[in-house]
Amino acid sequence: MSQMINVSNEEHTLLFKHNTAAAWRFVFLFLISIVLMIYDHRSSQTEKLHSSLTTLVAPLQFSISKPIEIAEWLKSSFSTHQQLTQENTNLKSQLLLQKAEMQKIISLQKENKQLRALLRSTPTLQTNYQVAQILAVSLEPFLAQVILDKGKKQYVYKGQPVIDSTGLMGQVIQVGDLTSRVMLVSDSRSAIPVQDERTGVRAIVIGQGPGRLLKLINVPQTSDIRVGDELTTSGLGLKFPIGYPVGKVLKVENYPGQHFSTISVRPAANLEKSRQVLLIEQKSEAEIKEAKQDLKNISKEQEQDQKLRQTLGNTNL
Amino acid sequence: MNEARVNYFVLIFSIFLGLFLELLPAPTWASWFKPEWLLLVILFWIMYAPSKLNVTLAWILGLILDALTGTLLGEHALAMLITSFLFLKLQRRFKLYPIWQQCLFILLFVFLYQFTIFIIQGAIDQLPGSYFYWGTCLTSMIIWPWIYVLLRDWNKKFVK
Repeated sequence: MSQMINVSNEEHTLLFKHNTAAAWRFVFLFLISIVLMIYDHRSSQTEKLHSSLTTLVAPLQFSISKPIEIAEWLKSSFSTHQQLTQENTNLKSQLLLQKAEMQKIISLQKENKQLRALLRSTPTLQTNYQVAQILAVSLEPFLAQVILDKGKKQYVYKGQPVIDSTGLMGQVIQVGDLTSRVMLVSDSRSAIPVQDERTGVRAIVIGQGPGRLLKLINVPQTSDIRVGDELTTSGLGLKFPIGYPVGKVLKVENYPGQHFSTISVRPAANLEKSRQVLLIEQKSEAEIKEAKQDLKNISKEQEQDQKLRQTLGNTNL
Repeated sequence: MNEARVNYFVLIFSIFLGLFLELLPAPTWASWFKPEWLLLVILFWIMYAPSKLNVTLAWILGLILDALTGTLLGEHALAMLITSFLFLKLQRRFKLYPIWQQCLFILLFVFLYQFTIFIIQGAIDQLPGSYFYWGTCLTSMIIWPWIYVLLRDWNKKFVK
């Protein structure tokens, strides 16, 4: 062992004699990477750099993903006639059911609008959807992220919410020209304001890493959250629209001596299986600001309303 | 020491192949055990022809890997830089080792690479949530002889 160290020391000096430039280059690049990482972590100004890098590597991602998609397409195109007809009938019956549901929803929407008009509250925001495909590329296994095949060209923007057919998937964190990167709800940086559907208790759901359950944080042990409760986005924070399912409460543990309950949540979306997702188009930032202002005004109005009601003794409304 | 001649087509193509294999989709359990393809290819070329693939190029490739995988900018780059720089110091002796000893050293270097990333992830409080994270060292070690023989023979074929 000592011999080895001696040898390496000799070589070390030799190498440095020949290669002082290489050593300096190493130190230089070392410092650059550290500065870059700190800057990237602390500052949000690297967005442009990220976006151009995302654009740069997009062709690589597409070239990996396309053959796999083609293979899947080939597999499906060789499926038998019988399978297809069966699938078709299944889909038709599903469509019929959903159309029936839609009829109910339309009448409910009308009713809702009227009621809101009666209450003189603002109408809910209109949302548009855009379908996107998740690219079949592998990322670091400790990051809960996916790449979508839509980018700036298709008006994807940073912070845009992403859902699949069963619930909230996450939000867009980087946008390139042709692709964008989505942080899933299970990522350890993700936090989503939610509301218990049954009781209306508000809390925040955070991720704990890919493949792991979500966690409901800062919930007092006395608050009314039970196993099986559905959690939906509360719309507070104005990042996610209100009412999309986020998860279901799986386990509630109360330890005496602790302030908060430990609550595990199973995500509603198929985070690992979904291939097609929907991007929710919300308002632009200016409009969000406007909405924030509106919200403030509304809360003021409501306060005034309440005072008025209290003075009138009218609690029916 | 005389350096082997290198075919640039093989060099560039193998680097691209490494990048492709890094991106190849796999189920979650399998993605923990995915070998560090790009690192292995870079280490091979540093061993085989240290004047052709220098530390700066390894750093740039690490930066591309950062852009691809969505980690902090400079994270993979730094790990790549440290690993390849230390490997460069050992390169002359490494070449002469029998293949099993090479494998052991590859295990060590891939561990160093992963350890660097692990520390950075720890610094930003996003540690990998599974001990399988270290499984990559083992699979990389197992895959090394194949990469070594394949790239060497392939290069020889083109150089002649």
